Amino acid sequence: MATKQMSLDKVTLLEWYRQSVLIRQFETRCDELYHQKKITGVYLHLYSGHEAVGVGALAALTKDDHVITGYRDHGIALARGVHANPIMAEMMGKRTGVSGGKGGSMHLASRQHNFWGGYAIVAGHLPLAAGIALKEQYMGTENVVLCFMGDGSTNNGYFHESLNLSAVWNLPVVWLIENNFIAMGTRIEDSTGQPELVKRAIAYGMKEGPRVDGQDVIAVHAAISEAVEYARKKGPVLVEALTYRYKGHGASDKQFDARDDLKRELDDWLLNKDPINILKRTLLANFDDVEHDLARIDAEVLEVVEEAVRYAEASPIPTYEDLINNIYVD
Amino acid sequence: MAEKNVPMREALRAALIEEMERDERVFIMGEEVGGWQGTHKVTRGLLDMFGEKRVRDTPISEMVIAGAAVGAAMAGLRPVAELMTINFAFLSLDAIINHAAKVHYMFNGQFKVPLVIRAASGWGNQATATHSHVAEPIFAHFPGLYVACPSNAYDAKGMLKAAIRDDNPVLFSESIALYSKPSRIPDEEYVIPIGKSDVKRVGKHVTIVSYARGVEWSLEAAEILAKEGIEAEVVDLRWLRPLDLEPVFESFKKTNRCVVVEESLPHFSVGSELAAQLQEAAFDYMDAPIKRVSAMDVPLPYAKEIELMALPNAQKVVDAVKEVLY
Repeated sequence: MATKQMSLDKVTLLEWYRQSVLIRQFETRCDELYHQKKITGVYLHLYSGHEAVGVGALAALTKDDHVITGYRDHGIALARGVHANPIMAEMMGKRTGVSGGKGGSMHLASRQHNFWGGYAIVAGHLPLAAGIALKEQYMGTENVVLCFMGDGSTNNGYFHESLNLSAVWNLPVVWLIENNFIAMGTRIEDSTGQPELVKRAIAYGMKEGPRVDGQDVIAVHAAISEAVEYARKKGPVLVEALTYRYKGHGASDKQFDARDDLKRELDDWLLNKDPINILKRTLLANFDDVEHDLARIDAEVLEVVEEAVRYAEASPIPTYEDLINNIYVD
Repeated sequence: MAEKNVPMREALRAALIEEMERDERVFIMGEEVGGWQGTHKVTRGLLDMFGEKRVRDTPISEMVIAGAAVGAAMAGLRPVAELMTINFAFLSLDAIINHAAKVHYMFNGQFKVPLVIRAASGWGNQATATHSHVAEPIFAHFPGLYVACPSNAYDAKGMLKAAIRDDNPVLFSESIALYSKPSRIPDEEYVIPIGKSDVKRVGKHVTIVSYARGVEWSLEAAEILAKEGIEAEVVDLRWLRPLDLEPVFESFKKTNRCVVVEESLPHFSVGSELAAQLQEAAFDYMDAPIKRVSAMDVPLPYAKEIELMALPNAQKVVDAVKEVLY
């Protein structure tokens, strides 16, 4: 591990640290705003705990590659470089939101970032990923699609049909399962015959990628970099990242209040497997004088998030014209 | 202008060929569209003409056929996805309704979905309850999607070309019973614009509104009625979305009586919608209740005798017209 870590420079690791802390602070603030009823949409699925998966995986892509995900999408948008202001504005249903206040928390997208969106039907975006990859193959490029999904997606018919088609057509897709061991409220052992999800690749005749520690951004980056190169040259790959959600299924979820066993499990992840602490320890162990950088980044990120809240609160609400436009292309 | 008799399946095939030759981004995907030459032979020969890249056989996977077509369309291709029959589109409802019809709106115009989903539709071959649906009204329920229901070969060709060229998703329904029926089709290219209904027969005593296969029964009924001195005007909606009712209102203001004819079911139907819209738009012109002719409100059985009992035909249209002309 040490040699792999040292192959990455301080600037890169600090950037990953910045993105991870930005996601954590953004989500923490969203949670507060939700409970203050300033974010009023019923659904708000937070990425806290998953940061290393999104940050490490997206660092493996070029800007011409494509990203698509499910409804736990805030962190993916931020890690892809979408500005916090229009994301927060979308949370508050404002006209300046990335989706004009018409998509909400679960439907962030930014065409200019090749971020094709968050999708709220579990696994509903998997065939879209296949279609986007088909376009790249059709045009003869080497661009790939990185498709995030939760472990819950793997028991949906879309998973089967999309992975099979990607194998039959040899589409350039990296299928990345963010396995946080629970689909809404059902534990993986109660929902899934083969809980080692990456093994399903075998059934499709597809390249089986690693089952990677999703709390270690360096490990995630290495795994996805390899998978992306494979997808560019050869075809689809399935990768599984093991992670944990800190804020339940959604912001309204009281699972940790209701269940002592889950609370103990969460405490263990927070104490021993938190992605930001792991990255921080790596930075402190491998580079001199990094404390000041970390403190500076922490302060800068807090200001970015507060600025996003101010921007969103000051933004106009959508109009009647917004309600009725973009139903069809004129 | 040179023209010839062409059955609807050949007219549709010609539209596909012309559009694929015109635009490299247009491609076909679906079950048995290539090697099998198409379940209904609409794509006959296209694999040889355009190759595997542009005529793509898929597994029997309706969720990903529709969903991957949505993704490819969002990314800039122009897929024509074939679902073999509209019965199987029920497996694709999520991709069609939640994504094809919604992504343009939900992401505030960032993505377009220039997609055509073709599906064969209809009953009458003892295909039974699961394989006899005429489900177009279900798709017409949702904003964001267009729904095409051509009634003849000429319209089918021009409408399919318009659907392929449009930047919106189109559910394109093809009545199985019409595939072998010919129209006079000109050699010159033509396109029939989206969302224009068409008066198929001029009359003054009653307005018959229909679409797809229902137009055939309506025109047949009109000929029977004409022998009794009743001149029916027949309006073909062509598209259930956008729904162009101006010609219907114009006709109704003249005839003051209306019968709606459809191959589909009566409950929450096109007939229901027409009745509602006519009383809103032309209540003062109404001389009789609006009558609906449709399939009976039953699942379709196997035995031919009772299957046909459940279904509309020209005589049922004649009877309905006589009821509104009391």
